[in-house]
Amino acid sequence: MVARSGAKGKAASQGAAAQVTRGQVEDFLYDEAALLDAWRLDDWLELLTGDARYQVPSNDRPEADPADTLFTIADDIHRIRARITRLKDKDAHAESPRSRTRRIVSNVRIVDRDETQLKVEANFVVYRFRRDESVREYVGHYRYVLRIENGALRIARREAVLDAVELGSLGLVSFIL
Amino acid sequence: MNDRPLVLNDPLAQDFRVNRSVLVDPEILELEKRRIFDLCWIYVGHESEVRLPGDFKTRTICGRPVIFCRDSAGAVCVFLNTCRHRGARVCREAEGNARHHTCFYHGWSYDRDGKLDGVPGESSYPPGFRKSDYGLARPPRVESYRGFVFLNFDPQAVPLPDYLAGAREYIDLVVDQSPSGRMEVIQGTQEYDIKANWKLLVENSFDDYHLLTTHATWLDYLKNAGVKMQRADRDHLLPSHGIGKALGNGHATTDNANFRGRPVARWIPIYGEAAKPEIARIREELVARLGEARAARVADTNRNLIVFPNLLLADGSSVTIRTFYPLAADRMRVSAWALGPEEETAAARAIRLDAFLTFYGPGGFATPDDVEALEAVQSGIAATYREVPWSVMTRGMAKAGEQLNSDELHLRAFWMQWDRLIRAERAG
Repeated sequence: MVARSGAKGKAASQGAAAQVTRGQVEDFLYDEAALLDAWRLDDWLELLTGDARYQVPSNDRPEADPADTLFTIADDIHRIRARITRLKDKDAHAESPRSRTRRIVSNVRIVDRDETQLKVEANFVVYRFRRDESVREYVGHYRYVLRIENGALRIARREAVLDAVELGSLGLVSFIL
Repeated sequence: MNDRPLVLNDPLAQDFRVNRSVLVDPEILELEKRRIFDLCWIYVGHESEVRLPGDFKTRTICGRPVIFCRDSAGAVCVFLNTCRHRGARVCREAEGNARHHTCFYHGWSYDRDGKLDGVPGESSYPPGFRKSDYGLARPPRVESYRGFVFLNFDPQAVPLPDYLAGAREYIDLVVDQSPSGRMEVIQGTQEYDIKANWKLLVENSFDDYHLLTTHATWLDYLKNAGVKMQRADRDHLLPSHGIGKALGNGHATTDNANFRGRPVARWIPIYGEAAKPEIARIREELVARLGEARAARVADTNRNLIVFPNLLLADGSSVTIRTFYPLAADRMRVSAWALGPEEETAAARAIRLDAFLTFYGPGGFATPDDVEALEAVQSGIAATYREVPWSVMTRGMAKAGEQLNSDELHLRAFWMQWDRLIRAERAG
């Protein structure tokens, strides 16, 4: 991960966001997906900025703002941390035993950038398996805002937008989508 | 069917049991459709969802596709969404505003009032053909109470206010949160399936006995955030006093002293320090308008109301409208919305929506564990209900007076009405 390993070099300076390549972003997103699939949730938290947000909009309002629209998930960093605390607890029954997930992240694009941050979009398919259940396929796209902090890419905003018209047979979003 | 006891209720023996076959058997589901869903008042939507003439939402209510809309005179109406010509679903959009609803198959077109106003090649029909005979069909009855719109497929049904009985008081407690008496549904719909019988969600929606174990992580979340969580006394499983209450016609509610915070209007640390003045201002308005006692009744209690058979008004961490309908004996579709006062400021609205998501919905800190519990019940009983036929529901039966929210009087009220209706022989 070039952006991260460049912590001591020039990448750490302001304006580093302008030099980040798609390949570096892809490496970062693939690493993130691997952490989530492995349920290394504390390590995943390390990828977030101190003001990060994680959102899943309601299926019928994919472009909305959680301040005036009901979402499925609209976490600030405190709620994200609380969510991880909960998910690590065996009493989080919806994820106990845990889902097995496999994320396919693709079509990664840097759609906008300035001196300090990148806007990135990517498609995803998350296959979710649980005992006695058939596979559930969560299909959609991610909208990220990535920043460089201490020379490494960090997630300031992460929105998972589902393509399904309603959650319907997908049921829940009880894991990190 | 009528020989087989489905609900055993023996107050003298202090025994109450539900036969698990009613959660599994497709024949029971067919009876429910005819004897319960086709004879009871069923929630369609809220008036605020269709504000202007021509506004519409398409929904499935009691298995029927309907158009829930506002007509040209500004009245809320419900049409069956099927063309009078060949039957195609006329409106295939989820929502919008339309001057006409046109069936694309042969081009029959209906106006906002459901009247047929366009028939391509009309001259080929015989002289007796009158467009006025072919307006969109309507359910026999549509009525609303304080903004909540219901339909009934039984033309002989009692008026909605009579049907609602004691539930009206609890709907009023929700609506009183608005200075103008107007609540609105906030955009954004949560729609998800649960692989369980629909009646299990009725039970779960106001069963406070399960909170301590099913929602241990949610209670921990509140505690970690600084919410006071001491139990009221040793008889209470939860941090505050609460009761269960039957309201007539199978409706029932919990009625709890609040500990979990309320957007109208009881601050908890989860809202953040910055929200304190806003919550205080809302409280002041409430007291000025309703007086101390009524304001406290509205703001300091939370209530999960079941309107028989399939509507939940949960006035808890936020207000949610939740309705659900069986897709099969072992599967339901749930639709849920957030409700708030029309006058709410942007800041208060944001607090409300944030509070909503701490508990409710498919990504909340509590609902997913409810869903897991219901699916665990369904998979537990699906193949064992013959060997283990009964579920016990006797909590609180030995008590003379008040019943706690963690007792089961309110669950029994639902089941007794269910049993009464499912056994009632009616023509058609």
